[in-house]
Amino acid sequence: MTWIEGRFEESVITTTLEQGMNWARQASIWPMTFGLACCAIEMMAAGASRYDLDRFGAGAFRATPRQADLMIVAGTVTFKMASRVRRLYEQMPDPKYVIAMGACTVGGGPYFKWGYHVVKGVDLVVPVDVYVPGCPPRPEALLEGLMRIQDKIKAKRLARGASDDLPVPHHSGYAAIPELVEV
Amino acid sequence: MTTAEIHQQLVARFGDKITGANLEAIDPWVEVASAAIVEVAQYLKSEPSLVFDALNNLCGVDYLETDAKKAAKFGHEPHVEVVYHLYSYTHRHSLVVKVKLPRWESDEAGRLPDVPSVAGVWAIADWHEREAYDLVGINFTGHPNLHRILCAEDWVGHALRKDYEFPLEYHGIRGR
Repeated sequence: MTWIEGRFEESVITTTLEQGMNWARQASIWPMTFGLACCAIEMMAAGASRYDLDRFGAGAFRATPRQADLMIVAGTVTFKMASRVRRLYEQMPDPKYVIAMGACTVGGGPYFKWGYHVVKGVDLVVPVDVYVPGCPPRPEALLEGLMRIQDKIKAKRLARGASDDLPVPHHSGYAAIPELVEV
Repeated sequence: MTTAEIHQQLVARFGDKITGANLEAIDPWVEVASAAIVEVAQYLKSEPSLVFDALNNLCGVDYLETDAKKAAKFGHEPHVEVVYHLYSYTHRHSLVVKVKLPRWESDEAGRLPDVPSVAGVWAIADWHEREAYDLVGINFTGHPNLHRILCAEDWVGHALRKDYEFPLEYHGIRGR
């Protein structure tokens, strides 16, 4: 923890509960070990040492949905598989997030027209938070998707009645809280 | 042995149960009447001069042109075929056997065409026939376990038929 050592007096560190919780949650997103097709290979590459998903605290792939926060739907979802995907999603504890990784899960991809067996986008089965297009997406793209999930977690508000500000991703890589526009 | 020699041998043995052959094609084939396929298959496997001990592939083909404009140039009567690709590891020769079937049994739409199963001759035919049943809709009579192998059990229709209509929804999931 060299980056934080010696930065504070020997005293008290104050933060808001909200920030503390959001920081803890966004730095330990545990994805589910779950790949459906070729995108899963790229997801494994993102998890391995070269791209290292663990830098973002998301390297602990859990073998059960009951310990997972994030479902990366990596690969073609067939009608036969859709009910299983839905069941896995329902077994995950709240709060849970879904990344639709790859063209097939975003909207059917190459199977859109003639794939009699392919669900035309996994958002017909489970609610999707972040879409990562590509066929398959590069590991960097998946990391980007993961950072967008982190932005979403950071924007979570605890107080009663407070509404979450959905972050707007910017092409520079930063996500900004949207400005309120008076109409 | 070449396909022409095998064809001659089969005709000498089975007569008009061998309904035709195309020996000029790049991949020449012998056509067999559907009722005789098990008999012929057993002969092909056990005859010492042939010994077709391996079934490389078994597939179904649907010959149908649904586009009325292209149908004139299509050159085939609408029918389905079962194609058997055989190989002999003993003699290192191969053979293609075809069985022609009507698209629907006795032209009743929805009644799948029957062909006797060769799963008793080559055990691998079990799964291949299930696939051909699932996707092309061919009823293999005498098959030990003729269920869908790829699509879900409650799937409607046979997806690789040329006139197959895509499902609009499946268990509440929109299909298109």
